[in-house]
Amino acid sequence: MENTDIGIVNAVHDNPGGTKEIWRTFWILLGLTIVELILGYILIGVESHGLRLGLKGAIIILMLAKAFYIVAYFMHLKSEIRNLIMTILVPLALLIWAIIAFLYEGNSYRNNRNTYDPYKRERSHIMSTDVKADEKGKPQEKRTGAME
Amino acid sequence: METTAVAADTNWWNGGKSPFNVEYGKLMMWYFLMSDSFTFGAFLISYGTVRFSSNGWPNPNEVFRSYPGSGEINAPLVFVSIMTFILIMSSVTMVLAVHAGHERDKKGVMTYLAWTILGGLAFLSCQAWEWNHLFHEGAWWGRNPFPNSDGTASSTNFTNFFFTITGFHGFHVFSGVVINIIMLIMTAMDTFEKKGHYLMIEKAGLYWHFVDLVWVFVFTCFYLL
Repeated sequence: MENTDIGIVNAVHDNPGGTKEIWRTFWILLGLTIVELILGYILIGVESHGLRLGLKGAIIILMLAKAFYIVAYFMHLKSEIRNLIMTILVPLALLIWAIIAFLYEGNSYRNNRNTYDPYKRERSHIMSTDVKADEKGKPQEKRTGAME
Repeated sequence: METTAVAADTNWWNGGKSPFNVEYGKLMMWYFLMSDSFTFGAFLISYGTVRFSSNGWPNPNEVFRSYPGSGEINAPLVFVSIMTFILIMSSVTMVLAVHAGHERDKKGVMTYLAWTILGGLAFLSCQAWEWNHLFHEGAWWGRNPFPNSDGTASSTNFTNFFFTITGFHGFHVFSGVVINIIMLIMTAMDTFEKKGHYLMIEKAGLYWHFVDLVWVFVFTCFYLL
């Protein structure tokens, strides 16, 4: 018991519900995954832009719910004391900023290039079957896939 | 090690006790996992940024539509569902191993650890098959045979991100399997029995659950969205 007996009130954080809670969490995770996959299947046939966005939003919410159940119940973070929870979760808030900032940046980069870079705009209309013909004209261009 | 309830008004910062109420190794494992989540977060955010900055992107349902023996059948999401199920299942057996460790049930720990290792190996085999399959379809770093979903010519960003991120995750799964094998050997050699506790299994468990957690994000970002 090297360093485990120094000032630790409750070193063993077991799930209060025992194996019952483990299986409950498993069924929840399985259910969320199945719903996610169903939404993924529905997404294949959907054309409407708004509906696609809504379905993708729902999938992301389900993903975060799964993450919560894994961290809270499988990793027992929920039964740790507040100090530990905070020291792990607060730094991760940085990722929220990063997601918003970088995705916004990527989107605005696309819009700017589509507006001010006619070459880029033109290239994004090349069909994959035309790439070979396109390459003849611009031999310095790197091959951009969709071949063979 | 008595499991006593922690009083709500305990002042953790007065000295004399661990302010996080966990032993050193477990706290450091948490910090490592936090830093690792920044690594994966940065990977996935850069993937999202590049995808947002592109006018077209390949449709994952046209890329990932096979499973072993499926031939030319169009079956999107089937194989990755199996992979996800395997990883969730191995997470459950891992948490059962940790639970058995709390009860100082050596046999239970060994059984569930063995199942977890098996699950990890099954997942790695699935990934190996998928990588091999995609490679033979012409996909690799720097090569992308899949056109964008609207039929326009695609860049190699899609395959570069796919192989880098799933590869990095697969490497984590591999390390997790190695760690679990070491834990199994140590359990068999009564190392934890002599120590008087199975806290080491708990730390390995934290790592394994993190691998499952990352897959939740990778799976969603690459196969569903």
